[in-house]
This record gives sequence, structure tokens and C-alpha cells, in this order.
Amino acid sequence: MTRTREWIYAWLLIAPAMILLVLFTHYPAVANLWHSFLSTPKGSRPAVWVGADNYVQLVEDPIFWQALQNNLWYALGTIPVSIAIALLMAVWVHGKIAGRGLLRLAYFTPTMLPMIAVANIWMFFYTPEYGLLEQVTKGLGFASHNWLGSKSPALASLMVVTVWKEAGFFMIFYLAALQSMSPSLAEAAAIEGASRWYFFRRITFPLLMPVTLFVLVNAVINAFRLVDHIVVMTRGGPDNATALLLYYIYEIGFRFWDSAYAAALTMVLLAILGLTALFQFFVLERRTHYQ
Amino acid sequence: MLRSIRNLILAALAALAPSLASAQVEVPFYYPVAVGGPITKIIDGLAAAFEKENPGIKLKPIYTGTYQDSITKALTAVKSGEPPVTSILLSTDMFTLIDEDAIVPFDDLIKTPEDQAWLKSFDPAFMENSQTGGKTWGIPFQRSTVVLYYNKELFREAGLDPNKPPQNWAEQVSYAQKLTKRDASGNVTTWGIQIPSSGFPYWLVQALAIQAGTNLMNSAGTQTYYDRPEVIEGLTYWVDLVNKYKVHPEGIVEWGTTPKDFFEKKVAMMWTTTGNLTNVRNNAKFDFGVAMLPAGKQRGSPTGGGNFYLFKKSTPAQRDAAFKFIKWVTTPGRAAQWGIDTGYVAVRPDAWETPAMKTYVAGFPAAAVARDQLPYAKAELSTHDNQRVTKALNDGLQAALTGTKTPEAAMKDAQREAERLLRSFR
Repeated sequence: MTRTREWIYAWLLIAPAMILLVLFTHYPAVANLWHSFLSTPKGSRPAVWVGADNYVQLVEDPIFWQALQNNLWYALGTIPVSIAIALLMAVWVHGKIAGRGLLRLAYFTPTMLPMIAVANIWMFFYTPEYGLLEQVTKGLGFASHNWLGSKSPALASLMVVTVWKEAGFFMIFYLAALQSMSPSLAEAAAIEGASRWYFFRRITFPLLMPVTLFVLVNAVINAFRLVDHIVVMTRGGPDNATALLLYYIYEIGFRFWDSAYAAALTMVLLAILGLTALFQFFVLERRTHYQ
Repeated sequence: MLRSIRNLILAALAALAPSLASAQVEVPFYYPVAVGGPITKIIDGLAAAFEKENPGIKLKPIYTGTYQDSITKALTAVKSGEPPVTSILLSTDMFTLIDEDAIVPFDDLIKTPEDQAWLKSFDPAFMENSQTGGKTWGIPFQRSTVVLYYNKELFREAGLDPNKPPQNWAEQVSYAQKLTKRDASGNVTTWGIQIPSSGFPYWLVQALAIQAGTNLMNSAGTQTYYDRPEVIEGLTYWVDLVNKYKVHPEGIVEWGTTPKDFFEKKVAMMWTTTGNLTNVRNNAKFDFGVAMLPAGKQRGSPTGGGNFYLFKKSTPAQRDAAFKFIKWVTTPGRAAQWGIDTGYVAVRPDAWETPAMKTYVAGFPAAAVARDQLPYAKAELSTHDNQRVTKALNDGLQAALTGTKTPEAAMKDAQREAERLLRSFR
């Protein structure tokens, strides 16, 4: 009897979160999988079963491959840099320096600004001829560049925005972890005569591994999730040079109204994110030292 | 139990809103805010004036953001079963709306000879994007074309006559060469000309293609002509401005900052919409001119802008009420006032004959350039699966302008993709 009651109790406790998750996460994912095997209903033509047609289209779609490739470069370019900068900034503002409250605030500001506003500000930085960046480079005597309007630097220019935006956010996690670290470790290391670099490499960094893992998960998700600035700054152009997967899905789904093909693309995105999560939780987790 | 709760709620709602119970016809109306200025105030004013004259009708303007947001909202509303009765959307959305079975043609509502005369009163250039298959699906309201804006001060400095804008492609190049200024180290400080290419470069290349002698598609919306020699000629001219003559900035030129470049004197001549007229008038701190686009083999520009549509899921009474409003708001006097207030091109020739418009044009002759160019204007690119077919062209154009493909290869690729997309509609 008590056992059944315990069961009921447990389920009741889980229920609120469970219901929300099923309703807004699991059901949409399964429904999306189902829709990816149907055709797009148009006007009087209802959706019909088309099997793997949408996936065949996907394999043959050069823009999909380009968006995927762009996204991988985007992830590779932004994640390590923003994590490294976050760590550096955290160690820097953790130390006892004058005006560190202001410094922390300054580093965190980009995170608090809405992405659309940020994108508009950066658009002004990148504007050819009289943008901020141009004024600086021109002052130094370099030639003019159209940063967002040429194929090769466009994606890199967007990466800079992302790093700028993300690093401050990740810094907060590192800072919190650094502050919870026992000062006795530093004192012991000082007594043993360990250099600051040695201390960082052998003590601080390993102890920060759980945070790094958490930040890494977030960074990967964000690399596939952040597209607001693309809508404002380049709309995926020039010639798809800055099309990321999620932006392409939006375009297919809500500009071209091809919801079935958008569903197939979404499955790819889901698979990528699912696999990354699995890898991070089961492989990296084991190599992480918890206190 | 549930039913009684529902009844209770309904009763409460009915008590709160007695107007719902009366015999008023409600007409929800989506309106996209596409240009700056107090445009929502003007629309609210029109709606209020119309309601005053027609007490049985309740017009509900709903402001739906950009054109892009508005079509997204309208189609989502259609799919969820609660579309507006009427909406202003891009004239180029016509085929998309027909394919989604979202709209009805106006033909069934046009019964009397007066109605037929009203339909004939619109400029034929604007009707090209409003009719297909012998039916009228859209009524022109806020329409525009591409024109050339030029800085008269810079013209004077370069030794050009500020009252003689370039008349053809050759003059446009030679003027741009004279207007392009470089500093001691060879960096350009003022470009001769700028044709924006972000977002919708198809609209600008379409002007070049029409000038070279062809439009980009057939009127049934089932065939594109991206790889015709005239289109390639037009695009080559654009690419040459950048690479051969070096009078046009490299890479993709942002649509949104082009007027700003013009105000900052970073560019002496720009191509942009007539919809920017009021913006330029308010912000240019120098003497400027507006001219028709220079001619290639001929003059030419695509039209642009928004039409009224009628949605299918509405009652006959609602459709009649919406139709009444559309007729009311497009009378010559109101079409003229709308053009004066916003900078859009008045959609019917007789609007230009009204006293208000005549006074306006006399004080600001630049406003009439768009009208004078209309006889050369052609329908804006619009096909079935419009956004996708257009994207194929946009991608090709950007590839050519950034130098990754030759104009010819880019247009051949774009045409191949458009063929693939349009096959199922033939």
C-alpha cells in the first residue's frame, strides 16, 4: 500500500515538468518526424505520404550542404574562442584589481543586450565607407572593405559578433566557479612555490572542468540556435555564404511555406544536437573531475 | 458542467461587449508598415472617416510589420482558420496566395458599370501584377517603381550640368566616372553610382533587364527567362560598373544604408524606390534631383509595392463591406492624397489631375518622375512558388556581383533551378 502511494506521490511530483516537456518538446519532435514523411499541403491539395522523398531532396540540395558546412565552421570558429576569452576574462576579473565591479559589468553587458539591437549596432560597425571599423582601418591607411557584402569575410564577421555576445555570458559561470573555489588551494600552492601558470594548468583548470562542460553544451546549442543577427545583418547572403541551418529552416518553412521539407531539415538539426548532447554527457563527462 | 461554464463565459462576454450583438459587419484588415513616417495614423484616420460614412461597417486595421511578416501572418492565419477579410500584401504574392487557396478574385463583386469603370481607371502597369488567367486578384494601392536620385552639388563639382541627369547606359557610366573621387592613395571617397543588392537584388536587375529589352517572366507565372541574353547583358552592365569601370562599390551593397550613403555624399547617384522620396527630401542636406532610370535599348523599371486582396474565408457581407472600403479609398482624390502623404505613386492617372496633386507637383516636380516613368514600367517578378523562384535569381545575382560566378554562368544556374521549381505548375 505504501509502495503504491509512494509511486503515486513520485508521479505527481514529476507530472508538471513531464506534462510541459511532453507537450512542448517530445510531442512536437515526434509530430515533426511524422510530417517529414508527408508532402506539404497546399490549398486544396492535402498532405500525402511521400516516404523518404523529403530526405532525398535534402541530400540533393546544395544550399542545405552549404548551410551545414557554414554551421560547422561557425561552431568551430566561435566555441573555442568564446570559451577561451570567457575563461581569461573570468580569471582577470576574479583577481583583486581596482574597479573590478565595473569591469565585470562591462564584460557582461553584451549578454544583456537584445540580439536584434546588437545586430543593428554591429551593422553600423561593418558599414563600408563610414562604419566604425572602416573609419579605424582607413585612419591607419588600409583599403576599404565590404565586410558583410563579400563572400569570404561575411561569415567570419558574424562569428566575431557571436564571440563578443557569448563570451561575457560564459564568463559569469567561470567567475561563479572561481569564487566557490577554496582559497586554501592557492595558499598551499603558494607555499609549495608553484608558478601561477602551473597552478592554473594543474589546479584551476581541472577543477573548472564541470563548468567547461556545461559551457560547452551551451555553446554548441547556441551555435545552432542563434540566428537573430543573420536575419538583421545578411539574410543568409551573399549567395548563401552566411546561411546557417536554422536560418535555412526558417526560410524554407515560413518564406517558402514548404513545411514538409522544413520538417525534414529540422530532423537533421535535432539529430546533430542530440548526438552532440550524447557525446558530451557520456564521453566528456567521464573525463571530468568533480569536487 | 463544462458546458455550463462555457455558457457562463459566453454570457459574460456578451454582456461586456454589447456591440458584438448588433448587426455591424466587422472587417479585420491587415496593413504592413513598409515605409517611415506616421503611416498608421493616416490609415487610422481613413478607417475612421470610412466608418463615419458607413455606420454599418466596423473596419479593424491590424498593423502587421513588414511585408514579409505580413504574408507570414496572413498565411498562418489562413491555416489556423482565422484570416483577415482584406489585407495589403505585396503584389508579387498573388500566385502564392492563389496556390494556397487563400484569396478570391474581385470579378464576382464587380457587377455594375461604375465598378467596371473603376477597375479600368488604374494604371495598366500596376494591373499587370494584379491579374492572371483573366481574373483580377489584387487592387493596386501603395505602389512604387525604381528611380535614379542624384546629388546636384556633386554634379556641379564634377563639371556636369545638374539639370541633365544621365539619359542612357553610356552616359550613366561616363557621369559615374567623372563623379567618382579618389584620395591620394587611390582609395575611393565618393562612388559615382550605387545600385543596392542586398535582400532583393532581383528588383534592380529586373530594371536593367527591361532596359535591355526583356522582362524576367511570363504573365502566367510559370516560366522565367533568367538566362536570356538581355538579362545577362543587364547583369554584365552592373558587374562592369564594379569591376571594369570601378565606379560602383564592390560586393553586396546594403539596401537599407544606400540612402544614408547618399546623404553622407559617399555616393553621387543611387537607384532606389520612389518610396524613399519623402525620406530623401527630409534628410538630404544638399540640392538633389530625381530622374527616370537611364535607358539601355529602352527605358524601363519594374513596379513594386502592395495590393489589396480579399480572403476566401469570409462572409459575403464582409466581402461586400471590404470591397466598399477598397473602392472608397482608391477614389482619385484619396489616391492623390495618399501619394502626397506617403511618397507612393498614385495608382490611377486621374489622381494626377486633381487640384491637390497639381499643387503638390508644382511645388515638388520630383514627385512626378515616377508618373512619367510609368509608361515604361513592367510587372515585378512574380511566379508560382514565388519566394523560392526569386531566391534562385537572388543567389545567382549575388554570386555574380561578388565575383564567384560569371554573369552568364550565374544566370544559367538560376534558370535551371527555376525550371525545376516551376515544372509542376505547368
